[in-house]
Amino acid sequence: MTDQAMPPTAAPEPGAIPVHGDRARHLSGWLLAAPLASVLAVFLVLPVVMIVIVSFWGATEFSIYPDFRWDNYEFLLTSEVTYRVFLNTFKYAAITWAFTLVIGFTIAYFLAFHIRTLGWQVALFLLCTIPFWTSNIIRMISWIPFLGRNGLANSTLVSWGVVDEPLEWLLFSDFSVILAFVHLYTLFMVVPIFNTMMRIDRSLLEAASDAGASGWQTLWHIVIPLTKPGIMIGTIFVVTLVMGDFITVRFMSGSQSANVGRLISNDIGLLQYPSASATAVVLLVTVLMVIGILLRFVDIRKEL
Amino acid sequence: MKTISKIRYSRRTMLKAGGAAVAASALPAPMVWGQETRDITLRQFGTGVSNLNEVAQKVREDLGFTLEMTALDSDSVTQRAATQPDSFDIADIEYWICKKIWPTGNLQAMDTSKIANYDRIVGIFRDGKLTPESVIAQGTAPHTVGFVDGPGGTSFAGEETGWMTLIPTIYNADTLGIRPDLIDRPINNWHELLNAEFRGKASILDISSIGIMDMAMVCESLGEITYGDKGNMTREEIDRTIEIFTDAKKAGQFRAFWKTFDESVNLMASGEVVIQSMWSPAITAVRARGIPCVYQPLEEGYRSWGGGIGLSASLSGMELDAAYDYINWYLSGWVGGFLMRQGYYSAVPETSKLFMSENEWGYWFEGKPATDTITSPFGDPLAEAGAVRDGGSFFDRMGAVACWNAVMDENQYMVRKWNEFIAA
Repeated sequence: MTDQAMPPTAAPEPGAIPVHGDRARHLSGWLLAAPLASVLAVFLVLPVVMIVIVSFWGATEFSIYPDFRWDNYEFLLTSEVTYRVFLNTFKYAAITWAFTLVIGFTIAYFLAFHIRTLGWQVALFLLCTIPFWTSNIIRMISWIPFLGRNGLANSTLVSWGVVDEPLEWLLFSDFSVILAFVHLYTLFMVVPIFNTMMRIDRSLLEAASDAGASGWQTLWHIVIPLTKPGIMIGTIFVVTLVMGDFITVRFMSGSQSANVGRLISNDIGLLQYPSASATAVVLLVTVLMVIGILLRFVDIRKEL
Repeated sequence: MKTISKIRYSRRTMLKAGGAAVAASALPAPMVWGQETRDITLRQFGTGVSNLNEVAQKVREDLGFTLEMTALDSDSVTQRAATQPDSFDIADIEYWICKKIWPTGNLQAMDTSKIANYDRIVGIFRDGKLTPESVIAQGTAPHTVGFVDGPGGTSFAGEETGWMTLIPTIYNADTLGIRPDLIDRPINNWHELLNAEFRGKASILDISSIGIMDMAMVCESLGEITYGDKGNMTREEIDRTIEIFTDAKKAGQFRAFWKTFDESVNLMASGEVVIQSMWSPAITAVRARGIPCVYQPLEEGYRSWGGGIGLSASLSGMELDAAYDYINWYLSGWVGGFLMRQGYYSAVPETSKLFMSENEWGYWFEGKPATDTITSPFGDPLAEAGAVRDGGSFFDRMGAVACWNAVMDENQYMVRKWNEFIAA
């Protein structure tokens, strides 16, 4: 881009006085980027650097002290529990991702292609966001009385004669954890997919139909390839949210299951900040790797 | 919300406005109490059990200053006391937390000569003995971390020194809570928690330092382990204890683990759980919903805990005086009565008695049958006439303490094992 901005004739010789217009342009570019860059530096880069530093510190019962030691990582990476917990975290992320993708895609598809007027599209889209007017935790906790042993779901099933005894696995199980995740995060899939779908040129669909493609063929060869960026953005949202979560797992599993977030929160609760930082660093690296792999599939910058 | 630093500022401006600036800076005269106390705000934080708005309200009425309360769970309380010394003036913490916090130097010792009712504080908190014949239970008994050598003392003293770390406020003897309507046989031992009969209907609390003690009571009751000191286990003892509970967890013994008071109430009230570790007021809360719930006394005895208020090291001057006023007021009876009517015990029962009816005193303290309906301070009926408190009188209950909540030497190891248990 700088090449285009500077005509070759104006390229400054070493020691020559730079052309005034270029310099101003250069400066204003830096100035325009500065506010965002400084916000990110202070509120994102600095805290992450702090976490990395603290992850090498030592801790006693009640304090932490500067040090450079690998103990925190050593304990983390040699403990069988860590691997089990990371595996569990991936399991939650993968299953939640699959469900939110199918449900989110279907909803977005319906909104984008089956609802004809923009007014209705907006109205129905807003309808999808209504549950988000209350807090995350309230939406999650309201499942508990519903799914409980004597809850609404079980008493209905028993009275219909579907089951003889209340189903125990409805609550405080992996089922309830994933149900809550899907409920909480599907919208993060709907929004970006809907957004990309709305930008698909409708004449493409007509052309496909004119060329004799069936509905499924159109979906597979036209719609899905064109919504890939939306799917990828939704995927990144859902995967990072699920992998970083701790409160949903705690409440919905009745504290019986663990994911990485809970390991960190337990450590923090017990004042073991260095150990929590080390776990956080490992989690951060893992999530970055996952996103890196995801971005291999779709170049979001190019597609958007 | 007025913080102390702001008050100082406003005092100065007020004096200047009054034209007394020169005089005030030349001779800093003592401040006028009546006016100043109105502006004092003491920030207290602690576990939900004693951080009640009613107390703050009464402080406002009786003492004239503002008490700001923040309720947190045990872990957060420890964290805050250790890491944010400037965020509070008064820490309402448990004795085992004190053992962890004191070395940080964030609290200051209190001069017992300024505590009017010091001599009437129950023996448990002074020489460790409830009655002269009492045997001191295992764990972090309050008197072992209750005193330091002097105002700046950093290590705990073995006997009463006149410098107290925490002024005891409330304490109780904990045991298992059960739903008698869903369990139709007597429960007399801690090992019933792991009885296969209650598979999928049991719970234990997920606060490692307390949970491990409940586990120890169960393992000892099972006859699986004999501990040297449940409050200070060896690594082998910790491993074995966690192993027994991990096996039970994998077999589906537990419905859920709870971390906050409300969670334990909901688990019990909804029937998700029929037997679990529980705190006394949680039982009260379940009963207040009209659901039968018993705080079952068990043969092996109770796991006990005690809380107290400590003063922030940064408190000084007028605020420190106000804090002493607050402590003296705390021990003078009203709060004690308020807490005892919820099932806790107060540090100075004699003064609490003045704020309880004869029926209430008989039921809660003396273990006598209620002569009339017992209601909580919030107006909910808790027991009918004729009912007797679970576990009986104060001396029956506090005399049967098997261990105190504790912090072990191997605490960090225990915490790691606890994390493994939760992740298992």
